[in-house]
Amino acid sequence: MRNLFLFLKKNQFFVIFVVLQLVSLSLLFNSYSYHKSLSFNTVSDFRGMVFSSYDAIVDYFYLRAENEALVEENARLRSQQSVVVSDQDSVVGIHDTLYQYVAADVVSNTVHRRNNFITINKGKLAGVEKEMGVISGTGIAGIVIGVSDNYALIMSLLHQNAIISARIKKNQHLVNVAWKTRDHTTGMVIDIPSHIQLVEGDTILSSGNSLIFPKDIMIGTIIDHQKSASKGLEEATLKFSTEFNRLGHVYIIKNQHKEEQQQLLNPEQGSNE
Amino acid sequence: MSNTIKHSIYFLLIMALQVLALNHMNLGGYLNPYVYVLFLLVLPVHINKSLLLLLGFTTGLCMDYFGNTLGLHASASVLLAFMRPSVIQLFFKNLDFSERESPMISRVGFMGFLKYTFVLVFSHHLLLFYLEVLSFTDGVQTLLAVLLSSLLSTAVIMILVLIFGSRKT
Repeated sequence: MRNLFLFLKKNQFFVIFVVLQLVSLSLLFNSYSYHKSLSFNTVSDFRGMVFSSYDAIVDYFYLRAENEALVEENARLRSQQSVVVSDQDSVVGIHDTLYQYVAADVVSNTVHRRNNFITINKGKLAGVEKEMGVISGTGIAGIVIGVSDNYALIMSLLHQNAIISARIKKNQHLVNVAWKTRDHTTGMVIDIPSHIQLVEGDTILSSGNSLIFPKDIMIGTIIDHQKSASKGLEEATLKFSTEFNRLGHVYIIKNQHKEEQQQLLNPEQGSNE
Repeated sequence: MSNTIKHSIYFLLIMALQVLALNHMNLGGYLNPYVYVLFLLVLPVHINKSLLLLLGFTTGLCMDYFGNTLGLHASASVLLAFMRPSVIQLFFKNLDFSERESPMISRVGFMGFLKYTFVLVFSHHLLLFYLEVLSFTDGVQTLLAVLLSSLLSTAVIMILVLIFGSRKT
């Protein structure tokens, strides 16, 4: 025992190095899992404040582009509304009570890392909670994984653990969408049944199976689908409808019946996916 | 000014530069300068080695805190701190440093500091980028990113040291 201590003391530098490396790596590998990152990520108002002070300065440079995007979105919403109201009034009623949307500003966002995150300026006080879906004006953006009083941390769709349950619009087949490319404009549609042929321009929507996102929210359009020789599930490349590089405003989706749905699906433990 | 206070101020300034400015640089995804390691490079030569490791770990964790990469920068910075004494021994073994002295251009020369910086920055970036990708599938692409980012980080560090270094004692 005494020899061990002597050995440790003599090689103190190396021993501390190994210990610190082990701590770092275990932290890192834990943070790579989606479920662990939910419990691991501590968001604090301090970081949010640092980012939003930076954002306050930089925002001015993007006001014009941001305005244009908002105008486009407004126009689209208007046209949607008129169609929906005349068509199926009752459905709108149900959706309105089921989902609530909270608007928020993006204060920090990356697109070039292997795992990208978005920070927004709404948190617990605005009713934001973990595992709520986040959408931009044009499509799905990510999932909330951490909240502080005034800020929330979002796992961007551009994250290796972000896998979204999706549906092919033309034939309603279920697939999944993941970010396997390193390009922030494109992702992969995975788990495509081998008898399905996708063509350029096919639309991929959220499936509504995950409790996080409502049904039929735009994810992207197919740009390439190469049939492979094997009979297994196939992959195709899609272009995200969300422009992650210029994300300014997002909406957090609150599913009012989430707990109820969760209990039905999984009475033992309230976890999903 | 006490050495501890001086280095604490360096820490705050360098972290602010990294987090507020350099982290937001989007140069095509290949170029991510990580200049915060400058803080570790200019610590006194004769600093307690264990303290050096702990400072490396803390600096890395601070970066991880702002970048949501728990453990990633910590690991790379601890490696840098571990290598630093050997690299100093390798390049500057003929020089006698006083108790509180840091490796500075005025002392080790421009080329000396450049070599010292590039070797440590490259090792740091090598571990950092491969840990982030966690696969060797696009190994060449990552290596290119490591090399280009190391060159950029080194260049920015050299510029900073040339601008502010003369005033440091």
